Amino acid sequence: MARYRLFLLILPAAIVFTAFFLLPLAQLFVIGAGGKDGIAAYAAIVTDRNYRASLVATVLLSGGVTLATLIISGIAGVFLTRNRFPFRPAVTAMLTFPLAFPGVVIGFMVIMLAGRQGLVGDVTQWVFGDKLVFAYSMAGLFMGYVYFSIPRTILTVMASAEKLDPKLEEAARSLGASPLRVVWDVIIPGLMPAFVAAGAICFATAMGAFGTAFTLATRINVLPMVIYTEFTDQANIAMAAALSFILGAITWLVLAVARTAAGSSVAAAG
Amino acid sequence: MGGARTQGAPDGTRMSGSDSDALRPVSVRLERCGKTFADGTKALEPLDLEIAAGETAVFLGPSGCGKTTTLRLIAGLEMPDPGGRVLFDGVDVTALPVEKRNVGLVFQSYALFPNMDVRGNVAYGLRVRGMAKPEREKRVDEMLAMMRIEALAHRRIDQLSGGQRQRVALARALAVRPRALLLDEPLTALDAKLRDALRVEIDALLRRLGITAIYVTHDQAEAMALGDRIVVMEHGRVAQAGTPREIYQAPATRFVAEFIGTMNRLAGRAEAGRFVTAAGAIPWPEAPAGAREILFRPEAVRLSADGETPHLAGAVISAFFMGDHTRLFVAAGEGAPLVVEAAARRHFARGDRVGLVVDPAGLLTLKDSA
Ligand SMILES: Nc1ncnc2c1ncn2[C@@H]1O[C@H](COP(=O)(O)OP(=O)(O)OP(=O)(O)O)[C@@H](O)[C@H]1O
Ligand SMILES: [Mg+2]
Repeated sequence: MARYRLFLLILPAAIVFTAFFLLPLAQLFVIGAGGKDGIAAYAAIVTDRNYRASLVATVLLSGGVTLATLIISGIAGVFLTRNRFPFRPAVTAMLTFPLAFPGVVIGFMVIMLAGRQGLVGDVTQWVFGDKLVFAYSMAGLFMGYVYFSIPRTILTVMASAEKLDPKLEEAARSLGASPLRVVWDVIIPGLMPAFVAAGAICFATAMGAFGTAFTLATRINVLPMVIYTEFTDQANIAMAAALSFILGAITWLVLAVARTAAGSSVAAAG
Repeated sequence: MGGARTQGAPDGTRMSGSDSDALRPVSVRLERCGKTFADGTKALEPLDLEIAAGETAVFLGPSGCGKTTTLRLIAGLEMPDPGGRVLFDGVDVTALPVEKRNVGLVFQSYALFPNMDVRGNVAYGLRVRGMAKPEREKRVDEMLAMMRIEALAHRRIDQLSGGQRQRVALARALAVRPRALLLDEPLTALDAKLRDALRVEIDALLRRLGITAIYVTHDQAEAMALGDRIVVMEHGRVAQAGTPREIYQAPATRFVAEFIGTMNRLAGRAEAGRFVTAAGAIPWPEAPAGAREILFRPEAVRLSADGETPHLAGAVISAFFMGDHTRLFVAAGEGAPLVVEAAARRHFARGDRVGLVVDPAGLLTLKDSA
């Protein structure tokens, strides 16, 4: 009886999951294996130098973006939670503003800042007599992704920082821990569940982000860009499908590993 | 209600740990320590307080009277208002942050580190101080044994009961050999039975270690049982500081008299070796001239025996059977009902007329009512 009811409860989720996830994914997998190279298309991601390079670049970029975002948002989030000052709500609102933007707009903003006519270019031209332009490269993409990821990470960190018990920090300090030591031994472990949750979303978003890359330069060698090129320019649908499947699988794998690794610390913090 | 205790034990009876760097308790002194919070709340009026080395001082008072704030000033978690000073053994530590003061803290909410097991928690202070591993392990073992929690060494914090958690917190605070141990309502979160058991244990521990301890509570039984000295606080002020016996037997103010234990009050006037009230007259040779009110504890009054002339006459309002005695509320005179303890075997009904005999040795007057 209980099991029967459980089945009923889980049914809607199961239908959605099957219709919008399992079936398309299976189809994607089949299409990926249906090209002229057959199943070998999946091997190309490691055997083909270009694909491999873009895969490595994408993972490194996403990892770097995640790390930078967590550090910036961690500090800002705890600061905003702990301090009351005039305009604090305004600052919080401003930091979370980019949530509303599509990738194209983020890309556009990066160009305005670090593009050929950008602010950074103008200032460096004036100070050093040399224009610094990095919008149309990995650096520009990195900046855009970090900018885009900070809002939701800050919100998650702030929600979690509210719940940190200040007594824990006081206990640690009374035992002789310096403020830095308290951050390391108490605050970071306390925020770990938030870091894992927000970091996972940040990493996955960066792995699949396309709009920003597309706005900045079509030559940037990240996997979503490569998939787009395979699909439109080369009309190599099978290869595009295979790469898509692998992009998804790798993202999922990294997240799963991160969750398991953090799992012990999260469970212990429960 | 426990009696007073001699202040600290003679040095020979104190255990001083097994190592050479044994606990060296400090005296704690507050000089004109006031505290006004950023929002303008005046939590403490400037107060002076001295706690002797090795003494157990209990801060007692109603909620919001400033007990925790005073404790935090001593710990270094709050700064006193300008002009206030905190001294340990005569040395000004006002500017020292908590991590440099070497005081142990125990909270009502335990505040154990959830990301470490029991051993990790107890070892934390030693690890932070960079104590070498063999010595550290030895000290942790000692602490676990002292608190009788060896079996829990590898438990996660969320696998412990409240009582066990507080033992771990005590072990953690004592492991670093603090100069003073500060406890903020450590037993309040526990159920009554456990509270009593752990209180007895903490009492024995504090005496054995001979550590300077400051214990915050709003439970007067706890204060009486634990304190060498009780500091009764009211509205950010010290209402009275003294041994439990002094506080109980010679309260300095009406607030102290009524906050500690049960106190009966009768209005009337002193007249020719008697104190005359609306309910009768109590013989009182030493009655101070001009006294308008007397106070006495329930144990200073009893029901008159058959054939004995009662001092006061009254009527029973309610009777509560307490097991070993019956607690009566008796209307006598105009004021609040008197609380009287009677033998358990007798039955009382509402409206029963009773005669009361008061022991003049138990009569008090307060300066503000004299
Ligand atoms: N951080 C703070 N900011 C403003 N006011 C505070 C702060 N901490 C305490 N207070 C106020 O100071 C007064 C004394 O507080 P304190 O915590 O010392 O009381 P307490 O005697 O420990 O009470 P309790 O028995 O309820 O714990 C209270 O009026 C309280 O509201
Ligand atoms: Mg308090």
